[in-house]
Amino acid sequence: MTQTSGTQVNNGVVASATQTQPLWLLAEVTYRCPLHCAFCYNPTDYDQHTQNELTTEQWIQVLRDARKLGAIQLGISGGEPLLRDDIEDIVIEAKKLGYYSNLITSGVGLTEKRIQTLKDGGLDHIQLSMHDITEEINNFITNTKTFELKKKVAAMIKSHGYPMVLNVVIHRYNIEHMKAILEMAEALGADYIELANNQYYGWSLINRDQLMPTREQLEHAEAVTNAFRATGTKMKIFYVVPDYFNDRPKKCMNGWGEVFMIVTANGDVLPCHSARVLPNMQFPNVKDADLGWSWKDSPAFNKYRGDSWMKEPCRSCDEKEKDFGGCRCQSFLLTGDAEAADPVCSKSPYHHLIEKAIEDAKNPTLAAQPILFRNDKNSKKIISGELKELTDKFHSLP
Amino acid sequence: MDNHIQHNDIYALAHHHRFQWEEAQQSYVILFPEGMIKLHGGAGEVVKRVDGKATVGDIVADLKATFPDAEDIEKDIIGLFELAVSKTWLRKV
Repeated sequence: MTQTSGTQVNNGVVASATQTQPLWLLAEVTYRCPLHCAFCYNPTDYDQHTQNELTTEQWIQVLRDARKLGAIQLGISGGEPLLRDDIEDIVIEAKKLGYYSNLITSGVGLTEKRIQTLKDGGLDHIQLSMHDITEEINNFITNTKTFELKKKVAAMIKSHGYPMVLNVVIHRYNIEHMKAILEMAEALGADYIELANNQYYGWSLINRDQLMPTREQLEHAEAVTNAFRATGTKMKIFYVVPDYFNDRPKKCMNGWGEVFMIVTANGDVLPCHSARVLPNMQFPNVKDADLGWSWKDSPAFNKYRGDSWMKEPCRSCDEKEKDFGGCRCQSFLLTGDAEAADPVCSKSPYHHLIEKAIEDAKNPTLAAQPILFRNDKNSKKIISGELKELTDKFHSLP
Repeated sequence: MDNHIQHNDIYALAHHHRFQWEEAQQSYVILFPEGMIKLHGGAGEVVKRVDGKATVGDIVADLKATFPDAEDIEKDIIGLFELAVSKTWLRKV
């Protein structure tokens, strides 16, 4: 194609080569959640951010300011966003401003009345998390009884004319059900399904031994997915490749401060979901910093823009433009050095850490350890240091 | 799916897709769940004319009349339709 064609990168999010704009705004409006998923990427110390959430007015100001910076895709996430009673107001404002808005929900709290109000308010789509085809695994991994509810919510989403977007986090407990999961999604009338192979941050890193599939399981799941695609299904399938099993790291967030901006429940402005684990970083907060300054000029957002921060082997690597050295958080969490190459990369001097994790995935004793579910009690224990032994397993967990 | 574009075909934006002008980017975009497509100048002009009523032929004629200095744009327009249909940004009506 000539220059008239569109450019599509990573699930269709466009990266601008000339200037950075936070095209994607993720509003993590609350860390409160009725589910307790073992693989949650939320910070393990989230409990300290449940009492100081932004007000409706503050969120509306965030939407206005971000829109001026070029934000256009809005994700309303959490925790469970529907635990707030003002999502309807946020959605109405988003529509007025021209956002394409997406509610990312577990389905808990979505009633006929609320979905109708959201629809009337202009919410563009709803992404529903599903966990498995079996009630047993759904209820186990979320530590709740939500299986029947999720099926009801899926039907409700469809009956209100929404595109059905399902998100399924894939881990060792459901990876062998891939075919049945895809068939279930199709039977529910899903338009899109995101098969999000688990990535290891937050709670999911603590539970890595318990959640990580083996390479064989993963290869099988990938083959099943490809075979399902080949059946000519109309469902769009996004398969998120698990970076541990790749030779090269992911281009995390499409680059630091390139297209994504996250505003957390308490107003922190972050370039990625887990950036607060990084040491010696002061992230701006919308309560006292201008959003434009935060994005363009704050030291935090400029810290890993471009490649001047890189060390070897990234600095002289001929692939550095492809992945920007991978994920800063993953580098820090596993190696203790945020500026090291992402250990997923086979050129990283720490790559053996990833190889060991993959090797460990074959060990049933490790996999059988008890899971630390994401809940307030466990978060409090992590904050107090009571679970230090567990969190110290990885170099620098919060 | 047959992506061969005929002059008398009529297309509309795919369900759940939105087309709008983005001031901050000075370009047209197509928005849909989980993503967006930024349309460079010419592509935006094409999709702007896709309304579920105009045929591909109408759109080609309109663009030729609007941009008389642009050379050989028909090939590019058809190419864009092919791409947009294969990516399911557009649906045949």
